[in-house]
Amino acid sequence: MSIPNEGGISTDSPQPEKPEIIKAVPVRHPGRWVAGVVLLVLVAMAIHTLVFSQSQVPGQGGSRFGWSVVRQYLFSPLIVRGALITLELTVVSMIAGVLLGVLIAVMRLSKSRLISGVAWFYAWIFRGTPVLVQIYFWFFIAALYPHITLGIPFGPGFVTINLNSVLGAFWAASLALSLNEGAYMSEIVRAGIISVDEGQVEAAHSLGMRRGMALRRIVLPQAMRLIIPPTGNETISMLKTSSLASVIAVNELTHVANNISAQNYKTIQLLIVASIWYLAMTTVLSVGQYYLERHFARGATRALPPTPFQRLKRNLRYLRPHLHQGAPA
Amino acid sequence: MTTPMVKAEEVYKSFGALDVLQGINLEVAPGEVMCMIGPSGSGKSTFLRLINHLEKLDAGRLWVDGELVGYREKNNRLYELKDREVCAKRAEIAMVFQRFNLFPHLSVLENVTIGPTKVKHQPASEAKERAADLLARVGLGDKVKAYPNQLSGGQQQRVAIARALAMDPKLMLFDEPTSALDPELVGEVLDVMRNLAESGMTMVVVTHEMGFAREVGDTVVFMDGGRIVEAGNPREVLVNPQNERLRNFLSKVL
Repeated sequence: MSIPNEGGISTDSPQPEKPEIIKAVPVRHPGRWVAGVVLLVLVAMAIHTLVFSQSQVPGQGGSRFGWSVVRQYLFSPLIVRGALITLELTVVSMIAGVLLGVLIAVMRLSKSRLISGVAWFYAWIFRGTPVLVQIYFWFFIAALYPHITLGIPFGPGFVTINLNSVLGAFWAASLALSLNEGAYMSEIVRAGIISVDEGQVEAAHSLGMRRGMALRRIVLPQAMRLIIPPTGNETISMLKTSSLASVIAVNELTHVANNISAQNYKTIQLLIVASIWYLAMTTVLSVGQYYLERHFARGATRALPPTPFQRLKRNLRYLRPHLHQGAPA
Repeated sequence: MTTPMVKAEEVYKSFGALDVLQGINLEVAPGEVMCMIGPSGSGKSTFLRLINHLEKLDAGRLWVDGELVGYREKNNRLYELKDREVCAKRAEIAMVFQRFNLFPHLSVLENVTIGPTKVKHQPASEAKERAADLLARVGLGDKVKAYPNQLSGGQQQRVAIARALAMDPKLMLFDEPTSALDPELVGEVLDVMRNLAESGMTMVVVTHEMGFAREVGDTVVFMDGGRIVEAGNPREVLVNPQNERLRNFLSKVL
């Protein structure tokens, strides 16, 4: 079928040859070139001062930044143990913080005014005061409550705990960081939950699912897509916030680095050592976050984005025929 | 006389100052297909949602299969049912939504099996087998592993029907099942529904598909302003409407 050629529109007319591919002179971008050159000079200067410039202190050789000192301490047992404790603090506080956050978020969305009010109050207190203050608070709480007794409220007690022996610096810091994180996580989780379409809950209910199951099986898995990126952000932030635990002498990375430099006065070098460890750990966490996000993207995107490894493989596959083309026949 | 599958007596419902339903009386017999038509805002969807207690009714009584919806009556007093009891009743009534409401994070197969396995505690292998059968029955046997948003609207709605059927419902509610579909995809969903009706399923269908109502419906109910204006055999009601408002409505829809 063909429509007569009216108004310049033709259908099914015999296909003419495909017109020539456009070859045009591209627009020039002189600004980019200037900016590029300026940046290159700045980078060269930075590398020069970091690596090649010599120490200005009389009687002392070596590079200005003392890289040999950095190398010496980078894998020293004290530092490595400090990094491990930082990681422990982060993992413990994040796990507790996420669980607490889900609980507080669900309470916040409760229809009971009392329950949602308590949740609101919790977030108000723990988001509204500095983490540093909270760390001190939980460290010194044992002075207020040397013993804690578990039992019936206002009635007899069964177990008595000596807080001074249980709540050491590490656990006081973990408690403070967890409670603080719980408050922030509750807002993140709440945002994720309310982003899920109401029809999802209705569909779950009409299948006969009860509220808890609908939350666990239908709402939370979908909320995860929104919850994961800020949670990754929180984890990376927590890794660094945990350095505040140094004020109550938890032997985490920053505290250890400070202790060492207090003895040998190599302050900058040890700060660099600590920073390298922090950077390494945040890098590993970001990779983990990427894969977690990909996992929860199932069903949300038509095709999952490729992992870097898959992308590499595809690029190689693409390259190969081109390489062969380049070779003389 | 058999117990009606749905019975409504003077059902009222309002949202704030908005009176959505103002005295609905009707009966749906087992195996009957009732189509509800009417302008938007006339209360059709709200009535459907009252039947499986997604909304609470304000006044009147509503029974499904002889049992009161949402309440238990004892010594002339009404007691609200517990969440668990409401859910147990909902599990016997399936609902198909205008916007499908498939679970996007689950595969097509998992969408169909999640109800039977998690709510009715069927063994996974049995539920899977049944789901595969149902998906084949709605013509989607090859889409088992796909995710909902890889499917067209018509395919998604057919998955939603399979998901509903997997619960072995005694009553199916359809809330404008074809209104969100491209015109060319409406037919495939209506075909599945027609087969269901022929198999003897009791169905309450809110729809704007007059052809479907006329061919498949045993009764048609025309609602306007929260009231039933005209009801009866669709071949009579739709062909020879008595009420001025229905005549007006049909002239715009057909």
